[in-house]
Amino acid sequence: MADIERHGYDVVVVGAGGAGLRAAIEAHASGARTAIVCKSLLGKAHTVMAEGGIAAAMGNVWSEDNWKVHFRDTMRGGKMLNNWRMAQLHAQEAPARVLELEEWGALFDRTKEGLISQRDFGGHRYARLAHVGDRTGLEMIRTLQQRAVSLGIDVFMECQVHRLIRDEDRVAGALAYWRESGRFVLFRTKAVILATGGIGKAFQVTSNSWEYTGDGHSLALWSGADLIDMEFVQFHPTGMVWPPSVRGILVTESVRGDGGVLRNSEGRRFMFDYIPEVFASETADTEAEADRWYDDHINNRRPPELLPRDEVARAINSEVKAGRGTEHGGVFLDIASRRSADYIRRRLPSMYHQFKELADVDITAAPFEIGPTCHYVMGGVKVDADTAASTIPGLYAAGEVAGGMHGSNRLGGNSLGDLLVFGRRAGMAAAEYAAGLGAEPNVEEAEVDQLIRRALEPFERSGGENPYSLQYELQDTMHNLVGIIRTRSELEQAIEAVGKLRERARNVTVEGHRQFNPGWHLALDLESLLTVSEAVARCALLREESRGGHTRDDFPKTDPEWAKVNNTVRKKGDEVNIEQVPLPEMPDELKTLFEEPAK
Amino acid sequence: MSDQVTMKVWRGDTDGGGFHEFAVEAREGEVVLDVIHRIQATQANDLAVRWNCKAGKCGSCSAEINGLPRLMCMTRMSTFEPGQPITVAPMKTFPVMKDLVTDVSFNFEMAKRIPAFSPRPPDADGKRRMAQRDVERSQEFRKCIECFLCQNVCHVIRDHEENKQHFAGPRFLMRITELEMHPLDTGDRIPLAREELGIPYCNITKCCTEVCPEHIHITDNALIPLKERVVDHYFDPIVWLGRKIRRKG
Ligand SMILES: Cc1cc2nc3c(=O)[nH]c(=O)nc-3n(C[C@H](O)[C@H](O)[C@H](O)COP(=O)(O)OP(=O)(O)OC[C@H]3O[C@@H](n4cnc5c(N)ncnc54)[C@H](O)[C@@H]3O)c2cc1C
Ligand code: SF4
Ligand code: SF4
Ligand code: FES
Repeated sequence: MADIERHGYDVVVVGAGGAGLRAAIEAHASGARTAIVCKSLLGKAHTVMAEGGIAAAMGNVWSEDNWKVHFRDTMRGGKMLNNWRMAQLHAQEAPARVLELEEWGALFDRTKEGLISQRDFGGHRYARLAHVGDRTGLEMIRTLQQRAVSLGIDVFMECQVHRLIRDEDRVAGALAYWRESGRFVLFRTKAVILATGGIGKAFQVTSNSWEYTGDGHSLALWSGADLIDMEFVQFHPTGMVWPPSVRGILVTESVRGDGGVLRNSEGRRFMFDYIPEVFASETADTEAEADRWYDDHINNRRPPELLPRDEVARAINSEVKAGRGTEHGGVFLDIASRRSADYIRRRLPSMYHQFKELADVDITAAPFEIGPTCHYVMGGVKVDADTAASTIPGLYAAGEVAGGMHGSNRLGGNSLGDLLVFGRRAGMAAAEYAAGLGAEPNVEEAEVDQLIRRALEPFERSGGENPYSLQYELQDTMHNLVGIIRTRSELEQAIEAVGKLRERARNVTVEGHRQFNPGWHLALDLESLLTVSEAVARCALLREESRGGHTRDDFPKTDPEWAKVNNTVRKKGDEVNIEQVPLPEMPDELKTLFEEPAK
Repeated sequence: MSDQVTMKVWRGDTDGGGFHEFAVEAREGEVVLDVIHRIQATQANDLAVRWNCKAGKCGSCSAEINGLPRLMCMTRMSTFEPGQPITVAPMKTFPVMKDLVTDVSFNFEMAKRIPAFSPRPPDADGKRRMAQRDVERSQEFRKCIECFLCQNVCHVIRDHEENKQHFAGPRFLMRITELEMHPLDTGDRIPLAREELGIPYCNITKCCTEVCPEHIHITDNALIPLKERVVDHYFDPIVWLGRKIRRKG
């Protein structure tokens, strides 16, 4: 029996972003002995970077808004591939979850009446995003963090979960290591909630941080749980492009929500040339109508700059390919000629600051260059909508790591709402499951010993490869071959390349000792990066159509047959299998919402 | 465009350490963190450094660059004199763990000592109304990204380890002001600020304000008003009570 640190809990939450914190608060409130384990310091998770806001049909700005409209927007944005029940629960419950944040101390921007203010965002019919300037994620994470701390929930910071342990088919524990000391920790637990976020570090140009190595996706898959929709990766249309060191850093969609427009090198507002049929009835077709819309949403249709993200990212890509891009391969985002400098600084303070300090660019003075950046993964752990339960007993998933809610494309603002709604549901369900479980599940000590031995192997090898170069090659492969526009031959090439990298990764060597050693951490992270990369590429190869965050050059149209199924990834022995599983069927009373003309 | 630069990076652990020199490439537009990452990827795979967002939003990458407390991801290489070596050291006030990574648990312990937000009941229709100008005061403090640079420079704890017992530091004293000024809060943390968390130690040197990457007016807007409230509370209870009633009403 390994001589390592040990803890016992009912519920272990992996991740301290919005989803993990909200889940832990609920599990704790339901009476479960709860721990939060996260690989960064508390308060630094990705959620802190969210800018624009939380989508919730509170009706504070447009009283016409309600959950049905939000539900419809979400499903349309996801090209109807969403798990309808998740989209429904999200639309119904998000307003209460936002008010709850206020109850816990969050200070949102206000309307004239003193209520929570709401802003416009792409794909949302009404101004719907509750926000705090352009630092909504910071407000959310700080509020939840302060709440969790005041409840006295145990937090294990800079502690990375390496593998889940099962007893027969159900969850029994999690093996982790402290980043600081490199020592291992065993959590024996009845339930695990994965809230680990996304996979963006598999791509070269990304708005995501080092944490986004797909750990939760991989932990679930390795434990036998299903993943769905892994081909759907969102490229946000507006990332910074210059200078090279800031390439990929996000430029919030609020710049467009607050009046910014896209122009090509000829000065043309090109989005009018890219309005797809499905959105034609709700999108303005003249600049005059688009400009009137900001003040009058009822009698005008939305500007095409606010189409869902997949549409805008593809349009930018096409303009650049057609030779109408900017010097550094992007297009222009122009808010300077459309809003006063004062207004811009007040509404978008951190964008102003970010460009000023990192690029020497004053966004209030001139248009600036932007281009697509890898931003979000719609695919993830297959969950039951009401409980966030995965297909493995005792394993739950919420937030970006879960699949289904956003279908093939996520609308801006729908992630933060998702974290709260399903974080809470996961916490409740996991606590209930743990309470109903009689005996503690058993942890096989020999398995733990073996996992630890394997994890330390990179120290024992010599002359192997540097993990940083492997990560770089992987990012390059995914960027070039599995990016915004995909095609059969390139995807096949990518799958082969990932396979070769996997072989080479077995041979990486790390220098130094176990104490806070980023080289070793990366060597371990490579396993999950390679696992999710393979899943994305293989799902992308199978789906022979274009839909949302998945565009095939060789199959440019949507295919009604593919509208009925999710690609479902499952481990069988050492192999990974992908099957097409029918979508859950939407009840008739919800179907009728899509028959009315869009209003 | 790229240049060779000389970086002197502090390396070591709890047993001590010193500056190591690296000759490394710096490309156009890069920040200190990019160059540290290049050293890590090519010359010292095990160089320990914290970072997350690389956009000044998470407050992970604090260090002392040429002696000045700054975020590595927001310090552009072009701001340095060409040809001069650039030193990067861990924050001094917190114990070193390894290389540029320090043990900042002091801050998380202090956070635990501040009683939670406790709101008054909502309006009759279940909603809560607050005017924008009333929320703005606390919103300024909620911009804090917890980089702990202000904690690092404050001489009360930087030069006096023993004060860490009874001085929460500017970040957490500011948190008390934030709750005090929150339009909905009903708590009273003034005695705590005075008796246990050490507001009297602050002699308003403003060093904290100078280093704050979020440009929060920590001293003027948070610490001085907190001192005033302490004075009112202890020495002019009528004024204090009046202010409290007006606020909560
Ligand atoms: C720049 C930017 C702006 C955005 N703006 C918006 C917006 O305005 N509105 C919106 O709705 N969405 C937005 N998004 C998306 C949204 O922020 C994220 O999808 C969301 O925050 C993810 O939250 P989460 O709780 O799932 O995970 P995260 O907040 O990413 O947290 C993941 C947690 O898991 C931990 N973790 C991961 N792996 C392990 C492991 N192996 N062991 C232990 N811990 C682990 C991490 O340490 C971290 O604590 C934005 C995203 C970015 C990058
Ligand atoms: S103003 Fe007060 S808190 Fe800030 S550095 Fe000076 S003594 Fe410290
Ligand atoms: S107040 Fe400013 S300097 Fe202090 S921790 Fe917050 S952001 Fe950093
Ligand atoms: S890495 Fe987030 S502030 Fe520097």
